[in-house]
Amino acid sequence: MVTIPVEIQLLFAALLFLMGLIGLLVRRNVIFILMSIEIMFNSAGMVFVIAGSYWAQVDGQVMFIFMLTVTAAEVSVGLALILQMFHHFKTLDADKLSNLKDTN
Amino acid sequence: MNTIFYIAAAVALISTGLAITGRNAIHALLFLIVSLLAISIIFYILGAPFIAALEIIIYAGAVMVLFIFVIMMLNVGMERETENRWLRPRMWIVPVILSFILLIDFIMMMKGMPHHAISGRIIPPKQVGISLFSTYLLGAEIAGMLLLAGIVGAYHLGRQKKKVIHRFLQNEDDEINNTIQ
Repeated sequence: MVTIPVEIQLLFAALLFLMGLIGLLVRRNVIFILMSIEIMFNSAGMVFVIAGSYWAQVDGQVMFIFMLTVTAAEVSVGLALILQMFHHFKTLDADKLSNLKDTN
Repeated sequence: MNTIFYIAAAVALISTGLAITGRNAIHALLFLIVSLLAISIIFYILGAPFIAALEIIIYAGAVMVLFIFVIMMLNVGMERETENRWLRPRMWIVPVILSFILLIDFIMMMKGMPHHAISGRIIPPKQVGISLFSTYLLGAEIAGMLLLAGIVGAYHLGRQKKKVIHRFLQNEDDEINNTIQ
């Protein structure tokens, strides 16, 4: 039988979200930025599942499924954007994309 | 069960930390997959077996394979000059200490509250399916439209535009280039 207090679980999800946020802020590689966004999405969904488990309701899990859909769409579009970006600029560094217009 | 939860949580946190600090993108992705597996164990412990399966099938299966596919297709080297400049301790030590104090505050505030144990009731996939296709039917349809938009968007953005130049214009382009050079 599980007797873990719900606060510990929420704290775990918060730590996971924090790690994703740190990765998003620190890394400049676009692939790593997308991965950090994935981590953050995942931890946010985990909060839904924890709440659903706490109240013994199915709604949390349904919300997680919706979040999974959003993540799948986001990843496919994001990776297509990365492909285009690499095709145009020959780099994955997010700092090199700070100009709206080509300067070279 | 409690020790299993704590072990899985520790594995998830460590592998996520290694994933966001890795130099090699493929190695980082492998650590991220380990983290997703650990999170899936946690979902199973929380009484959500369907979500645990979805986590492995969709996150560790589909999404991570997409990432690996793109990384292998681009075959990129790592550029870390900016990151190395940013990772000097002098730049981040003060905000990190201040945020750490806030985190300690948060944990102490949570410790002061009365503990709520989770119900631990296992919610079977059947109930989730019934709820998804009755109460949240509109949400499921909107999610389907979102996926359609995602497919169209990914196709449109990922398409390599073929350059078609007429023979005459091509020669003209060459001449222009020659005169420039």
